[in-house]
Amino acid sequence: MKKRKNKLAGLQKRKAIAGYLFISPFIVGFLVFMLKPFFQSLYMSFCNVELGSAIYNPIWQGLENYRQSVAVDPEFNRLLVEEISRMVIYSLAIIVFSFFVSLLLNQEFKGRAFVRAVFFLPVILSSGVILGLESDNQLMATLAAQIETTTSNISITDALENVLMTAGVGTRAYEKVFEIIDNIYDVAIASGIQIIIFLSGLQTIPKSMYEAADIEGCTKWESLWKITFPMISSLFLVNWIYTVIDFCMRSDNGVIEKIQKVMIDQMNYGLASAMSWIYFVIVLAFVGITAGIISKGVYYYE
Amino acid sequence: MSKSKARVKTFDDFWERNRKSGGYLLRKRILSAGISVARFILLFGMCFMILQPILNKISVSFMTEQDLYNPIVISIPEHFTTDNYKLAAELMNYKKGVIDSFIVSLTVAFLQILVCTLVGYGFARFEFPLKKMWFACVILVILIPPQTIASSLHLHFKFFDILGLFKLIKGDTINLRGSAIPYYLLSAGCMGLKNGLYIYMIRQFFRNIPSDMEEAAYVDGCGTLKTFFRIMLPEAKPIITSCFLFAFVWQWTDGFYSRMFLGNTVLVSTSLSRIVDSLGAYIQRITGVKTTISIAYSNCILATGTLMIILPLIILYLFAQRQFVESISSTGIKM
Repeated sequence: MKKRKNKLAGLQKRKAIAGYLFISPFIVGFLVFMLKPFFQSLYMSFCNVELGSAIYNPIWQGLENYRQSVAVDPEFNRLLVEEISRMVIYSLAIIVFSFFVSLLLNQEFKGRAFVRAVFFLPVILSSGVILGLESDNQLMATLAAQIETTTSNISITDALENVLMTAGVGTRAYEKVFEIIDNIYDVAIASGIQIIIFLSGLQTIPKSMYEAADIEGCTKWESLWKITFPMISSLFLVNWIYTVIDFCMRSDNGVIEKIQKVMIDQMNYGLASAMSWIYFVIVLAFVGITAGIISKGVYYYE
Repeated sequence: MSKSKARVKTFDDFWERNRKSGGYLLRKRILSAGISVARFILLFGMCFMILQPILNKISVSFMTEQDLYNPIVISIPEHFTTDNYKLAAELMNYKKGVIDSFIVSLTVAFLQILVCTLVGYGFARFEFPLKKMWFACVILVILIPPQTIASSLHLHFKFFDILGLFKLIKGDTINLRGSAIPYYLLSAGCMGLKNGLYIYMIRQFFRNIPSDMEEAAYVDGCGTLKTFFRIMLPEAKPIITSCFLFAFVWQWTDGFYSRMFLGNTVLVSTSLSRIVDSLGAYIQRITGVKTTISIAYSNCILATGTLMIILPLIILYLFAQRQFVESISSTGIKM
């Protein structure tokens, strides 16, 4: 009996060793390339870093960098608030948009493959540098303005905006909604992955559930909220986290640009680290809190 | 003749059935037709919205400078020209850039996916102490923006050393900045562009494969490595292909890591972000006078350059569209 137990332990041990061998590239990479820079950057954010061709000399100066980035730098606070509020609004819009589109794309119709391909195209075409270049392309802006002036009398959105504005309910809230609608292109190109994730969830819902609900006299609208929504609610969490993270790492993000400018142009490594730590902690806290709230509402089928 | 008769018959039949159902059939038909029309309009609009900038760029890229200022010309160029392409290709050093980018992206994607598959498999299929902690580290890698550690990574490679070994042997640390080695090292250590995400996706896929086959292989005396290569890898082909494609595409367009580590290599992504400046320098070299280029013209060149960069990706996408879209759906990502 004792012998057998030993053997089992041996097998488990062997499996554990094999597991460690499989993940060893990650462990090595994490320890060498992540852990040290991670703490070093934390340390540097408290230091005044002197940097020459061969010297690297951090001098401890306490919270000076943090004070400087929050209280002295004229841009940082403004950029931080702007980016975070933009992130909140756009992430919400992206989630709603991608949920809606994935519901549409999950239906049966002709040319579905083509439409899916088109909606997924932005994931490929608007990544990395192209996204940043796109945002300040003034030729396209002038072209759009030209078209707008020639067709200004028949703009439906303007007319709608006016009607809703004069209705007088919550002007500020409407303004935000209009802002999103005006920038629907930005929302659409940022929601490729989210659409795919939602679609994958929608396809795992068994058809029989809908059929049963249909027979019981449930309308489509009711079955959307009573079946579809709870069944893929866990994907809302995944998508929310992905969207927020994706948004705060975009290369056209104001805070990121500011950090890069401080680091590469001004060579002020300490200040850049402090700024990125402030940003990172805020985003992490935001993700943590919202994910906590959302996960309370998530329904698990199993 | 008989055909139209049949149609009339089904038409009559329809009204008959409609009358019997108390008008329900007609209402349902009209409703479903209305839904498909509305859906068509919506989807058409949204597809157009996504495709429009590309179409717009295509039309602009064939215009001469004269056409850009002509308010009558909006989408179809009056003077058709391919000079923009020639100029953009020269400015970006296109041929060399594409070849270099291709080599770099392919190598990096290969390295990244190789290690990420191993790690993902390890996380999905083995039990070992501290597994939860290491997986939390993977999540941390996904969450930490690379910009946060960028500055110290910068220094890390400027004064590169492994546990003081090099200092012991050569008396000094090595400066790895400016070469491509750091980036390959990063990729091999799962710390490259979005590698945490790949690990997560691959792990999720492996977890969904039933373990019967694996156990059967073990029972038949197949070793761990052999099982992995012979049994599990072929099963995981779809997710590996799609992760590989993602890695390739994202590396192709990446600006952050490329600027940081691959400054000396001619890459299409970095040369695209510099194209406006190089246009200025080019014009100055030709005319000998420092002139400011009009915004319209520089943007036209920029649009052309962007098109030229995404062209290989579009070709890739046309061939591998299925892998991109379908395989992610099949992973069934769940938290």
